[in-house]
Amino acid sequence: MNATSATNATNGWIGAAVPRREDRRMLLGRGRFTGDLTRPGLLHAAFVRSPHAHALVGGIDGTAARQAPGVAGLFTAESLGHPCLLAMLERDEFVPTPMPILAGDRVRFVGEPVVLVIADDAYRAEDAAELVAVDWEPRPAVASIAAASAAGAPRLHDEAEGNRLVDLLMFDDDRLPEIFAAAHATVSATFESARVAALPLEGRACLAEWDDRDDQLVMHVSTQVPHQVRSGVAQALNLAERSIRVIAPDVGGGFGLKCVVGREEVAVAAAALRLRRPVRWIEDRQENLTASFHGHEQRYRVKAAFDGTGRILALDAEIDCDTGAYSAFPFTCAVEPLMAATELPGVYKVPAYRARGRAVATNKAPAAPYRGVSRPQIVLVMERLMEKAAAVLRLDPLQVRRANLISRDEFPYTGVNKITYDEGSYRESLDLAEGQVHARGWPAERARLRTAGQRAGIGYACFSERTAYGTPTMSQRRMRMTPGYDTALVRMDPTGEVIVTTGTCGHGQGHETTFAQIVADRLGVHPDQVKLRQGDTDLASYGWGTWGSRSVVVGGGAAGRAADIIAGQLKKIAASQLEASPADIELAGGLARVRGDDAAAIGIPELARLVHFQAHRLAEDLRYHLEARATFDPPGTFSNACHAAMVVIDPGTGAIRLHRYLVVEDCGVVINPVVVDGQVRGGVTQGAAAALLERVCFDSEGQPASATLMDYLAPTAAEMCAVDIVHLQTPSKFSETGAKGMGEGGTIGAPAAVLNAVNDALCDTGVRFDHIPVLPHEVSAALNGAP
Amino acid sequence: MKDMHAISLRVNGQAHELTVEARRTLADMLRHDLGYTGTHLGCEHGICGACTVLLDGAPVRACLVFGVQADGAEVRTVEGLADGDQLSDLQQAFSDHHALQCGFCTPGFLMLAEAYLAENQEYQHTEEQIRELVAANLCRCTGYQGIIEAIQATARARQKP
Repeated sequence: MNATSATNATNGWIGAAVPRREDRRMLLGRGRFTGDLTRPGLLHAAFVRSPHAHALVGGIDGTAARQAPGVAGLFTAESLGHPCLLAMLERDEFVPTPMPILAGDRVRFVGEPVVLVIADDAYRAEDAAELVAVDWEPRPAVASIAAASAAGAPRLHDEAEGNRLVDLLMFDDDRLPEIFAAAHATVSATFESARVAALPLEGRACLAEWDDRDDQLVMHVSTQVPHQVRSGVAQALNLAERSIRVIAPDVGGGFGLKCVVGREEVAVAAAALRLRRPVRWIEDRQENLTASFHGHEQRYRVKAAFDGTGRILALDAEIDCDTGAYSAFPFTCAVEPLMAATELPGVYKVPAYRARGRAVATNKAPAAPYRGVSRPQIVLVMERLMEKAAAVLRLDPLQVRRANLISRDEFPYTGVNKITYDEGSYRESLDLAEGQVHARGWPAERARLRTAGQRAGIGYACFSERTAYGTPTMSQRRMRMTPGYDTALVRMDPTGEVIVTTGTCGHGQGHETTFAQIVADRLGVHPDQVKLRQGDTDLASYGWGTWGSRSVVVGGGAAGRAADIIAGQLKKIAASQLEASPADIELAGGLARVRGDDAAAIGIPELARLVHFQAHRLAEDLRYHLEARATFDPPGTFSNACHAAMVVIDPGTGAIRLHRYLVVEDCGVVINPVVVDGQVRGGVTQGAAAALLERVCFDSEGQPASATLMDYLAPTAAEMCAVDIVHLQTPSKFSETGAKGMGEGGTIGAPAAVLNAVNDALCDTGVRFDHIPVLPHEVSAALNGAP
Repeated sequence: MKDMHAISLRVNGQAHELTVEARRTLADMLRHDLGYTGTHLGCEHGICGACTVLLDGAPVRACLVFGVQADGAEVRTVEGLADGDQLSDLQQAFSDHHALQCGFCTPGFLMLAEAYLAENQEYQHTEEQIRELVAANLCRCTGYQGIIEAIQATARARQKP
């Protein structure tokens, strides 16, 4: 582990603050997003959606809509032949919930699409959609875990008893009763996190068109997972995968919302096939906030036993995830409860463990894996437990953490949850964060603010995050479609320029830059000579897209491996030209050089020219293509961090202001510090907003109450403060470059750090909050002694 | 029947004449009728600011203005910031300070900042002032720090004699 100023590139391009290749076109207004694309004869889609959370569909009258100006088509479940998306987990405890592309005889949430109207103009499509008459027969709805789990609750899916779609006892140590009975202290609490919207600034979008020449349906989709969209459309519409090409052009953020397949994308594909005309759908923000996918609504009922020194002895958790109306394709509704139950112990050594995870169906939009997937919650649970144990035992909460953290000499550490944690800096990041907080004068500032009548508090969160899950890990979930590997193709053209294709699909993470850095080092060329092609199913046999902090480790690792094969070819060709041994050739600065002999060198473009244009001059085994394919499928690797937050609470209004924020993070080898810092800051902003602002609301009947950005509060610059970042680097042994994934860590650590800071600010009251978001009226009520 | 109106306007100095439906927003007109797709729509109800353009020099939400209201006006969009392929100082600062990730909100922030920089040359350009400005728009990727730094750096560089 080395504390580095990450701008010092010591190893070629990896580690250098290379300016992002993506920036230029975005800054010039020349990005190419799905909504920017147009076609001759383009048609526009609008959906008729359910106004009821639960209803039977008695009948649909589309007569007036069909006769409206500009209407080119109108589709229902029946007219499309009842296609659906089926997300499958191969476990007995899983209840499949086919998600109809258009709802047929029954709707299960407000916003569920029932009719698709196609017109020659987007405004006219919406006009016509308003003319569709649907005969609704409302049914009782369940809009919360409690309501859905109550005895006699209405069922969303007839085969799901108690509305449970998954119910898994993941771990069950039979020593737990005796450990709890004998423990020095026991802490019990319930923790809850509200439903949130991923809220990419670009909503979902797609443009589908039939191409006669390629005999393909070509779809441009704002997605994180082009191949899974292809698979979803193929399965739902019973087509060969080859006959569909999905292209993700520039994508305006995803955060998990776009790592699942939307039924609207399939519906638009079906319409384009039927009409043989290009059809485009651009989701509006109301649809995005009410009818796309949400995440993150969870409840943890937890009991933990501690000894007198603060060491945790046992942990028992009942985990309920509000999964909405259907399992999202392809991950299924099990993604949240399985992640939570498997990874709850986190960075702490828990000797005995029991965890039960459930996914509960409710009459709300389906859940998708939102940035961090259950880790924001499990970190919040563990970090609150550490604070609560410290309070009961009258110990320093950071000392309680230290008593339980996996320490350096214990890696690789296999926990009670059967997970093996690779090397990290758990203890070191906490020590460094605490030292920095004191060095920066936070405690003194807190004291000054308190003396001045403000309420100020400091909170910490320690965590690690398993990233870059390959099939060795993902297969444990038993998904019918098991993700994890990715494949890269690296080619060198006759001018020595390099083309890398990948199945990952960046959408703001800077992959065009970081992949180029990885490949440039291996081939001895400048990153500007490496072009990444991504987001096109015709470019990779199969790929798993970008989510789960996987791309630079898995996709970048595959690219690095393929580049190594090309490097080997180049060295052999150079050796043949320079009359040297391949082992003595090094590739650097655009040249193939004989080590130790500056005069003996040949340009890499010259080697490329030879291979492509002068094949006959080369030995038989050196001829022809400069092209290599490689796959990477790692078990996963843990990055880690310690966050510290300081909040100030207005005692009059209860408003909570984020005042200072510090991240000590360790994602192994940093490929590009600019990109890493950007991911951390954006992630912290989302996590802090989950703690203080964001909440998708429904009434008890399941009617959405946060359908606009006036009601759903996304953080602006005014709600944020500067985020200071310190890097540690513990290289991963499980990745090609030593890098660990780091796309989600900011979002994972922030809720716990902020919530602990809020509770610290209220430390002289009897109030402790164990839910997010904590809202001003709750703080105000607490300070005024109201219930 | 569509309620069509013939209008003329200049966009980034280029004259345009077109007929546009009364209800068509300026954003849709710019994007789909005139091809200025650099202006993005993030919410269509005036909160996110991704569609910010300059209408006769003033920043407006192009989703809340009808196209017909731009009749006779001078509109500036993100496509008009650079000198050919040469990024403006503001655009370059956005790259230098990592003020963008997915790039979808970026045109709105650039136009917001462009108007601010033209109007407020006498300001100190403290972090607090710039943060207040930047709070007009939404970005979901960056956490705003790079955007604030980029605008502040540009403002201060432009003040230097």
